[in-house]
Amino acid sequence: MDLAIETHGLVKTFGDNRAVDGVDLAIRAGGVYGVLGPNGAGKTTTIKMLATLLVPDGGTATVLGHDVVREAPDVRARVAMTGQFASLDEDLTGLENLVLLARLYGYGKAAAKERGMQLLEAFDLAESAKKQVKAYSGGMRRRIDIAGSIVVRPDLMFLDEPTTGLDPRSRNQVWEIVRGLVGAGTTILLTTQYLEEADQLADRIAVIDHGRVIAEGTSGELKASVGSGAVRVRVADPGDREEVARLLAETLAAEPVLEPDGTTVTLRVDDPTAVAGALQRVGDRGLRVNEYSLGQPSLDEVFLALTGRPAEESATETQDQEVPA
Amino acid sequence: MTTETREPTRSLDASVIAALGAAERPPRANAVSSSLTFGWRALLKIKHVPEQLFDVTMFPILFTLMFTYVFGGAISGSTGDYLQYALPGILTQTVVFITMYTGLTINTDIDKGVFDRFRSLPVWRASLLVGALLGDTLRYGLASFMVLVVGVLIGYRAPGGFLGVILAVLLLLVFCFSLSWLWLIVGLKVRSPNAVMGTSMMVLFPLTFISSVFAPPETMPGWLQAFVDVNPVTLLCEAARGLMDDAPDSGDILIVLVLSAVITAVFAPIALRLYNTK
Ligand SMILES: Nc1ncnc2c1ncn2[C@@H]1O[C@H](COP(=O)(O)OP(=O)(O)OP(=O)(O)O)[C@@H](O)[C@H]1O
Ligand SMILES: [Mg+2]
Repeated sequence: MDLAIETHGLVKTFGDNRAVDGVDLAIRAGGVYGVLGPNGAGKTTTIKMLATLLVPDGGTATVLGHDVVREAPDVRARVAMTGQFASLDEDLTGLENLVLLARLYGYGKAAAKERGMQLLEAFDLAESAKKQVKAYSGGMRRRIDIAGSIVVRPDLMFLDEPTTGLDPRSRNQVWEIVRGLVGAGTTILLTTQYLEEADQLADRIAVIDHGRVIAEGTSGELKASVGSGAVRVRVADPGDREEVARLLAETLAAEPVLEPDGTTVTLRVDDPTAVAGALQRVGDRGLRVNEYSLGQPSLDEVFLALTGRPAEESATETQDQEVPA
Repeated sequence: MTTETREPTRSLDASVIAALGAAERPPRANAVSSSLTFGWRALLKIKHVPEQLFDVTMFPILFTLMFTYVFGGAISGSTGDYLQYALPGILTQTVVFITMYTGLTINTDIDKGVFDRFRSLPVWRASLLVGALLGDTLRYGLASFMVLVVGVLIGYRAPGGFLGVILAVLLLLVFCFSLSWLWLIVGLKVRSPNAVMGTSMMVLFPLTFISSVFAPPETMPGWLQAFVDVNPVTLLCEAARGLMDDAPDSGDILIVLVLSAVITAVFAPIALRLYNTK
């Protein structure tokens, strides 16, 4: 198996704080690998060790076949890192930043400028080429930051919380970019606090908390490990809800949850095939249902099941997009 | 769907794939070229943030005028005589003071996150530091120029002539280049840009004032003289003064050069080590 990243018992301590406390990862080349965890989980610290910016206090890490400590220059030649916070010079213009990086990667003067413009165009930033980066919006900054990481095509790219604080449109743009990078053959390790993001982008996910990997797998596997899906039913008449909930609970042998909207009831189900029958019984009683959906549990539920606390507590912003009624 | 016309709609993933496909991998930049590139960055920063030159230009002008007219008469009997004595000193002090911006710059880079970006590049790691020092050299040169212009305007004449002045400035640059390594260490160690300022001031104020910069040490109490005599700033100031006064003392100059070499030999490796393990 072709591993892009392999770590064994990776440790980093800051004083008494074991920020990364024995992380084992085996990440295959190609696609997106998601590292999911709340604030302070140790995501950035882990990435920094893999990108050779921090020296581990314990354990080993191999990136693209090179040891991150002993063969750091070889790692650096093939990976790129986009930090959690803007990692370009805010005083310089977008173009100057890219030219600077291109020159450092070994481009000649003219070629560096050409490459800079090419990237700005690809990232829809050509109009702001001559503006200082400090005048860029959050979304533009993120894009130019990523552009700076692909001046020379990296085999592996670290993206540390690329969409934190972005509006939905900018977030979608970053997602498009990530998909583009993967399409071009770059392996991506992405950290996020957003369950939805990991679910959308990542082929496999490691959930980390307090510096440890507490779960690993595809998002489907993670959900399956929680053991159930959920059915959501919205009744036409709020007055019917109690009755519907009772009927469903009886048929599906599950605890009904009455949602605060007054019309929705949610139940966990172990056997999705039983749902059709249960809804049939509701219809037979003449109770009207406006809408129902059957889905796997969300990653939020996975997080709750794994850590015993809801992920909302840690995520600073919700990612839900308001859909006007 | 025809294949003749390109879709006008912008889909970022497609354009990113195209841009990545177009990426060539040039040969790695060598140490000289990456250092010069970082030096170019320092120039760009001066272009975009000209305010950063404010301290560099106003400080020396203010000092020259203030010391000459406020203390000049009292120290030397006349402002004119004092100017002749003090200008090489003020030049020294100004340039030595500006060295602390080296630490400030690196600390701000760390603070802002650019530092990590640069360190993750496949270039000779020290080139960021060397490039920063190259940029600083420009600052030192500019500040020296300001002091000299103001000095000449208010009546300073260098007996050593143009050559003497140029040599004095070069000597200052050599010394400051070595001192910058110390500030790099401070910049890498200290938590915030403000703390860098504070630490540097605490060192630089006594170092520049308790020296022969503003007054001849002969009038100071003996215990103070003892310090003044070994203060590197005194040594530097005397060497520069000699050159500008057309009385170059090869002993003083040699001491400064040796001192610069020693400072660099001691602090550069420490700075580089810190930089690598930061
Ligand atoms: N340079 C440092 N010095 C001291 N402690 C640190 C340092 N960097 C990180 N830590 C601590 O290590 C722990 C992990 O931090 P880390 O930044 O890796 O978390 P994270 O998962 O990236 O969080 P976030 O989502 O907030 O970015 C935290 O408790 C943090 O306070
Ligand atoms: Mg982080």
